[in-house]
Amino acid sequence: MKKQNTFIVSLAVLVAVIAAFWLLLAAPAHTGNQINMTRGVSSLAETHYELHMIILWVCVVIGILVFTAMFTSIVLHRKSRGHEAAQFSHSTKAEIAWTVIPVLILVGMAIPGTSALVQMESPGGAEMTVKITGYQWKWRYEYVDDDIAFMSSLAPESNAARQLGSGVDPRAVENYLLDVDNPLVLPVGRKIKFLITADDVIHAWWVPAFGWKRDAVPGYINEGWVEINEPGTYRGQCAELCGMDHGFMPIVVEALPEDEYDAWVSRQQSGSNTGAGAGN
Amino acid sequence: MSTIASDGTDLGHDTHDAHDDHDHKPEGFLDRWVFTTNHKDIGTLYLVFALLMFFIGGAMAMVIRAELFMPGMQLVRPDFFNQMTTMHALIMVFGAVMPAWVGFANWMIPLQVGAPDMALPRMNNFSFWILPFAFTMLLSTLFMDSGGPAAGWTLYPPLSLQTGSSFAFVVFAVHMMGISSIMGAINIIATIFNMRAPGMTLLRMPLFVWTWLITAFLLIAAMPVLAGAVTMLLTDHFFGTSFFNAAGGGDPVMFQHIFWFFGHPEVYIMILPAFGVVSEILPTFSRKPLFGYAAMVYATASIAFLSFIVWAHHMFTVGMPLEGELFFMYATMLIAVPTGVKVFNWVSTMWKGSMTFETPMLFAIGFVVLFTIGGLSGLMLAITAADLQYHDTYFVVAHFHYVLVPGAVFTLMAGAYYWLPKWTGNMYSERWGKIHFWCSAIFVNVLFFPQHYLGLAGMPRRIPDYSPQFADFNMWSSIGGFAFGASQLIFVGVIIHCVWFSKKKATAQVWEGAKGLEWTVPSPAPHHTFTKPPVVDDTMVAHADEAH
Repeated sequence: MKKQNTFIVSLAVLVAVIAAFWLLLAAPAHTGNQINMTRGVSSLAETHYELHMIILWVCVVIGILVFTAMFTSIVLHRKSRGHEAAQFSHSTKAEIAWTVIPVLILVGMAIPGTSALVQMESPGGAEMTVKITGYQWKWRYEYVDDDIAFMSSLAPESNAARQLGSGVDPRAVENYLLDVDNPLVLPVGRKIKFLITADDVIHAWWVPAFGWKRDAVPGYINEGWVEINEPGTYRGQCAELCGMDHGFMPIVVEALPEDEYDAWVSRQQSGSNTGAGAGN
Repeated sequence: MSTIASDGTDLGHDTHDAHDDHDHKPEGFLDRWVFTTNHKDIGTLYLVFALLMFFIGGAMAMVIRAELFMPGMQLVRPDFFNQMTTMHALIMVFGAVMPAWVGFANWMIPLQVGAPDMALPRMNNFSFWILPFAFTMLLSTLFMDSGGPAAGWTLYPPLSLQTGSSFAFVVFAVHMMGISSIMGAINIIATIFNMRAPGMTLLRMPLFVWTWLITAFLLIAAMPVLAGAVTMLLTDHFFGTSFFNAAGGGDPVMFQHIFWFFGHPEVYIMILPAFGVVSEILPTFSRKPLFGYAAMVYATASIAFLSFIVWAHHMFTVGMPLEGELFFMYATMLIAVPTGVKVFNWVSTMWKGSMTFETPMLFAIGFVVLFTIGGLSGLMLAITAADLQYHDTYFVVAHFHYVLVPGAVFTLMAGAYYWLPKWTGNMYSERWGKIHFWCSAIFVNVLFFPQHYLGLAGMPRRIPDYSPQFADFNMWSSIGGFAFGASQLIFVGVIIHCVWFSKKKATAQVWEGAKGLEWTVPSPAPHHTFTKPPVVDDTMVAHADEAH
């Protein structure tokens, strides 16, 4: 009878805990807001998204088990129900079990974690290189092989609207704070290597759709890479506090099909720049 | 000279003062509070100071959440916003949480090990009285022409070197806080090793004493490293050295390594005593011994050891070699093992107990639930490749606030409610304590849970303004923030009521299930306790003896 009671209560608690997790992790998506990591548009981003979902689910399952045990106890083992306290105080078997099982789970998590990292740190075989330099508070892009270079700063409309007391409604500004004057133009389907550094303080270059961020450190040249799967406009921001206008140095990448990209490059090189990059 | 009662309390000198004060507390404000060498009074000073700093740091958080209430810049300039985020962290870490734990240590460690006072009472006075000066100096930078520090509490160069002349005050304030912490730690170690009552063997010590002993070693190892780091910043800024200046042959990344070698043990300095308090409270209100006492001690020591070899997980995006990233990922994941052992032991302590849910128990349970959430998001952050997305976003902000607010701060509340009757001799209002708990527990989640979504959706941390796509959850978060902040005023009300107005006297035992030496002295604890050491045996400790 008592055993059965425990079973029924723990089942009810389990349902309640799962409902609570659903409320926290799934329901808010119905507000129409993004609540999860982007799948992105590169193989790295896809890998990192899948890794994120694996570890999230592992954590959710662990959380559900722990909270179910705990709240079952809270429901059943209370003085007001007349439950008398047992006096057991240790179990070597239990301690060993809940040391060894978590280690096995961690090993299970470390395997995909390691292979994702190895993939990230393999920028070899790149077909083109872009050097990115962070400044307070803008980015400079240099196409190392094509002799193209330009600065990229916050778009003027956003810049006007973001002044204290501007009176402009940010929602009326297209891509508020995520728009630039000269976007970085990149081709789809080519492996692109980035060399990332900074001129003054530390910044971090981050486009969530590419799946990673990397610090831009003065005196260091860091590497990153991407192979973009589909054309489009991808937006990101500086991700390392770099002073007063840290929140106002966005990153915009225009990913073009290869032929359009090549046309853009020759337009840039011939100087008839109708495209995005407008020299220095 | 003095008569000693059988329960070990000092009944006072032969000549009683006019108030018939059996405690012979010093008369006059200066003697009682400024020149005090009494561990209880110094403990009170620490706790009151920490509460004050909690509200100052909290006010800064209110400024941050008000500016982030909706997109667009409405209230403050971006550089002032950065000063607020920086100062909020410095005040909360060094001014609120750490001094609060030292306050608890001062009050409770001598009472829990059966010592008459701390081992080094004058140094105890000094280590407290440094703090008001350190924080006056730190806060004064906000009123200087060059403004307060705005480079984040991590003080990363080269950005932190762009702070104006006020930077010297920040560095000196950090030095003073460090000196205070190290002296406090030495005092605690000396007390625990030298002043335990007969029979109080190391493995009979309450877990709060154990966790503080280990924390004190972390402090002694970590704080000098911070002092070295900020001193190098100071000379880089004012004396033309190039420790961290790449143009001069220095290395800005080296600062991050040094800082986090301090910074990661620092997070355990804030949370290990919390583990101790929860391990006291759960057995009391479950009326059942702590499960796995020895495992808890070993888990605490393991966490402390691991905390020194995981620092670079704060720097996964800085550009480390693959091998380095893998090492720090594996080491960080390992911390989940002893932390899991702790959570499982707490749940097993509750299992088949006879639980009641007074305010300390509610805060302790709130801690176990919400700290577990923070711990699990920490495990996610340990996975390097995924961290390349999480790093420096609101996901991180949500993570460390979950482990620090419903983690460290909730246990500070739990401990305060647990021992207030012992400190004041009066019972606090259980009804208002519970209202305080439920308001805190609900609003802390409204405040911090949506920040997980914001971070995953791509909102960087430390920005004063954001794209409208992040508007909804920022508004939720701000509403939660204001309500959580307001809820803490209830706490102040409960304390004031308990100290001066409560009519309900506390017994020596206070809680039905409480065990341990602190519950053998009267409530309020007399000014001097255990002037004659008690003799400790197994029946007096809060956990069953693991030795047999």
